[in-house]
Amino acid sequence: MDGYIIATVIKAILVLAVISALAGFGTYLERKVLAFMQRRLGPMHVGPYGLLQLVADGIKLFTKEDFIPNNANRLIFMIAPVITAATAFIALAAVPMLPEFELFGITVRPIVSDLNIGILFVLGMMAAGLYGPLLAGVAQHNKWGLLGAARTAVQFLSYEVVTGLSILAPIMIVGSLSLIDFNNYQAGGIGEWLIWKQPLAFILFLIAGFAETNRTPFDLLEHEAEVVSGYATEYSGMRWGMFFIGEYANMITIGFLASLVFFGGFNDWGFIPGGLAILLKVSFFFFLMLWVRASWPHIRPDQLMWLCWKVLMPLAVINVTVTGFVMMF
Amino acid sequence: MSLEQFKDRNVGTQNYTMLDLGESPKTGWGKFKQVAKRSVKLELFTGLKVTFREMIKALFMGEMHTTKYPFEKLPIAPRYRAIHEMKRLLESGHYRCIGCGLCEKICIADCIRMDTRYDENQRKEVSEYTINFGRCIFCGYCAEVCPELAIVHGGRYENASEQRASFALFEDMLTPLDQLTQQKEYPGFGAVSPDADKKIKKTPLAY
Ligand code: SF4
Ligand code: SF4
Repeated sequence: MDGYIIATVIKAILVLAVISALAGFGTYLERKVLAFMQRRLGPMHVGPYGLLQLVADGIKLFTKEDFIPNNANRLIFMIAPVITAATAFIALAAVPMLPEFELFGITVRPIVSDLNIGILFVLGMMAAGLYGPLLAGVAQHNKWGLLGAARTAVQFLSYEVVTGLSILAPIMIVGSLSLIDFNNYQAGGIGEWLIWKQPLAFILFLIAGFAETNRTPFDLLEHEAEVVSGYATEYSGMRWGMFFIGEYANMITIGFLASLVFFGGFNDWGFIPGGLAILLKVSFFFFLMLWVRASWPHIRPDQLMWLCWKVLMPLAVINVTVTGFVMMF
Repeated sequence: MSLEQFKDRNVGTQNYTMLDLGESPKTGWGKFKQVAKRSVKLELFTGLKVTFREMIKALFMGEMHTTKYPFEKLPIAPRYRAIHEMKRLLESGHYRCIGCGLCEKICIADCIRMDTRYDENQRKEVSEYTINFGRCIFCGYCAEVCPELAIVHGGRYENASEQRASFALFEDMLTPLDQLTQQKEYPGFGAVSPDADKKIKKTPLAY
């Protein structure tokens, strides 16, 4: 039992360290990819190919004044970014990152905790993350912040429905909520991947995932051209940084979820070993988010709502119903 | 001319060309059909394709647009009017300026100050020549009027400096003697056009 606790603590710290580093690295990647797609160079001068830009940004964020505006609700203003960052990392606790491997004769399972309700936990935690932007926007005594908060509530709550419904059909097929069971269900190679059985669910899940991670074309929460910076208007320094680490961690989580649920998880992929396979898949989804950001304009809030309630939700319900009938007969 | 067109306050509504965007669907069913058609046609992926193509071009086909400015510079046009240069005679290395004072006279910002004196050979020599770049408007008149092509506009456009005197003295603008061989003839403002010889009608010197 002691060993279990120690192992879990070590894993938790590792996940925190690695994912926050990756989230930081994600900002670098994003700038690079966007730059290349616009035929620019992106960050180049700090370190080789601008790699140390991360460090420079970190120093900048840490040394900035921790500023709390007048009339803001100090406590909530200070807590809000922590909610975003914390929920993003807690969500990762139930996500298996890699296949099991042996280290010093001990079998390591690279998942902090294999909950039997894994996927519900992850989605729930990501949904709880909506309190971050919401409270931040309401607490900061700024009209742009308030608008951002309103958009947060509308967008995240609506798309929560689509995520849940779209993932319901795969859950019915697999018959379990644990992400490890999802992975094992697709162990038989590419032909067994759930994407072939549930293509519609995958598309819905991906669209909702973009909305939940607040990525273009659904980046209404802090769209500069409309609401200055939305919920993050008054934030600066490390608190602002926490929002962004949370956002990038969420992007990674969505990448893991999509690969685990629809793309065969960490099973060996032909000659590619499972550990590498899942990293490739997650990287692809991460790249896809940047790619989409470089390509597509963002949409209006009313279009977002229209898309969610009039298109995606009915499609998700139909998908669930059809899946149910097919499974019954 | 009547005042009619000046009294029309509907500015901007007259000259618009309407793009042919087709009819917007009015009914719910029409809207649905439009959405379905657009979703199935996968027009969105054209956008993705374009950005990906640009990335490949930029990364692997050398079509990156960035100029790393302080390290690389784009060439500027020959007629660009930046900080002045004083040229030298290629044969003797002596400065070309004959001290005629035309540039001082024509300068509309009144920023050229010069003084001349007789040197030991009783030739006119420029004893003082400065341009106050705090006032110069880079109009190019001085270069145009100079009969000797002595003062021209160079390409030094980065004129942020602690002292504007850093640019303003005759010696600073003069081509350094050791770089005389690299002195470029000025093709821009006030220069003789390449086909000048054809345009000039030769007059006999003796009648
Ligand atoms: S460019 Fe114009 S303003 Fe400047 S020194 Fe020459 S004549 Fe004067
Ligand atoms: S016009 Fe030319 S030659 Fe005459 S004083 Fe000015 S620079 Fe010298």
